[in-house]
Amino acid sequence: MTAQQTRSHSIDMSSVLRGQGQAQSPNEPCIKVENLNLFYGKKQALHGVNMEMYRKKVTAYIGPSGCGKSTLLRCINRMNDLVDNVTIEGKILLDDENIYDKSVNVAALRRRVGMVFQKPNPFPKSIFENVTYGLRIQGVNDKRVLEETVENSLRGAALWDEVKDRLNDNALGLSGGQQQRLVIARAIAIEPEVLLLDEPASALDPISTLKIEELINELKEKYTIVIVTHNMQQAARVSDYTAFMYMGELIEIGTTSELFTNPKKKQTEDYITGRYG
Amino acid sequence: MDNSKIGHHISEQFNKELEDIRNKVLTMGGLVEQQIELAIEAFTTGDVELAELVIKQDNQVDALEMAIDLECTQILALRQPAAFDLRLLLTVIKIINELEIIGDLAERIAKLAIQLSDSDGKKDQYHELHHMTDLVKDMLHGALDAFARMCIDDITEITGRDDEVDREYASIIRQLITHMMEDPRNITRTLNVLWTVRAIERIGDHACYICEHLIFMIKGEAVRHLSQSELEEKLNKQ
Repeated sequence: MTAQQTRSHSIDMSSVLRGQGQAQSPNEPCIKVENLNLFYGKKQALHGVNMEMYRKKVTAYIGPSGCGKSTLLRCINRMNDLVDNVTIEGKILLDDENIYDKSVNVAALRRRVGMVFQKPNPFPKSIFENVTYGLRIQGVNDKRVLEETVENSLRGAALWDEVKDRLNDNALGLSGGQQQRLVIARAIAIEPEVLLLDEPASALDPISTLKIEELINELKEKYTIVIVTHNMQQAARVSDYTAFMYMGELIEIGTTSELFTNPKKKQTEDYITGRYG
Repeated sequence: MDNSKIGHHISEQFNKELEDIRNKVLTMGGLVEQQIELAIEAFTTGDVELAELVIKQDNQVDALEMAIDLECTQILALRQPAAFDLRLLLTVIKIINELEIIGDLAERIAKLAIQLSDSDGKKDQYHELHHMTDLVKDMLHGALDAFARMCIDDITEITGRDDEVDREYASIIRQLITHMMEDPRNITRTLNVLWTVRAIERIGDHACYICEHLIFMIKGEAVRHLSQSELEEKLNKQ
């Protein structure tokens, strides 16, 4: 078949072949990491990391324990500032603005970049109070606004139907999977731009894990998501882009489908196929 | 044999499973090569017993195909392989399918040999088939060898031979047409020869498909439906 004949077909096969879950270009970078070095005391934990994360896409970090993926994730909302002896060089640009600039208000940054941890950490308060906590700190006390936010956030976190009749119950009475979704609801209640998920499903059973994964898929319609996971199948299932890190270096980043079927670097190949390098 | 591509997993059991699959594919390939050889011999010599053996042996090829298929499915389900391991298994599933088809083609040649032996023509007049058969056997052997070595350096040489097979095919068809025109009483016999030539030509095509699957396995790129020159260009670029 000649090129001309091929072109005469009216169906655009590229969009069909691309399928779901694979990144579509063009993408707009939301977060750019530029020459990032991080030291815990004298020990260097991140070595000249450069990468981009795209708006309303899910980027997963994978790599063995201690490779720096959680450290890198925590840099994105300056959580590492809370650790003693940390030195950070380089830049992280959120919407082209360096978050390590002196003028940046860290509290405001963390409102834009929400975070969810491995272990669900609801406050020992009611479900309602957990979700509205961030808004109350911002001084919002209008009951209608709060109620609306609670419903929207809990729906957004796929938890509403399970808890709508007991919003005043203590959040610690929820199951682990529910607690984790509550924490996500709390994070999205203040409408961040970016959600950082640090092993969000590693303490959960398979069903709760699938619910979280499904949730991530829904959340990416609104948010840019960065997830750290030890579970490679999970990374493969939920993310559009995957970054493989090893010993504090970014070895390879690419579309998830490409990285898991045909990685460019041998180190990546060895890791995802379970080989010793 | 180079084990570096399928070995070195942290799970020794996984290494063994992949090695086992590779060995089974090679066994199946060897069996199919033998099938072609015996089928053509039966055809050219009119040896009915040999032809029956080929037909019988096809069961073994089919059984191996199903066994390898099952093993691949189990590995996919239990180990969720990625990257090269995933491509290897996908490729194996496709290769055994091609081999099974080649086995069926050999079986068809054997059946035609039996039919032809009933008619009262001269035996041993199909020596022009030998050259074409040698070509496709070489192609299949080369493809299986590339799979065994997990190396596709010479792969375009193998696929390139398909053009020669096609030329040979066209030339034999011309001869057969001449036979039929010379004497219509030849038509039944000649048609049987024609089906056989067609089967041999198809074996060459399936050997090419195996090569294409191997390129996907090693390079991770789908190269099906390309012409020989496009294929060479694509591989040379990398």
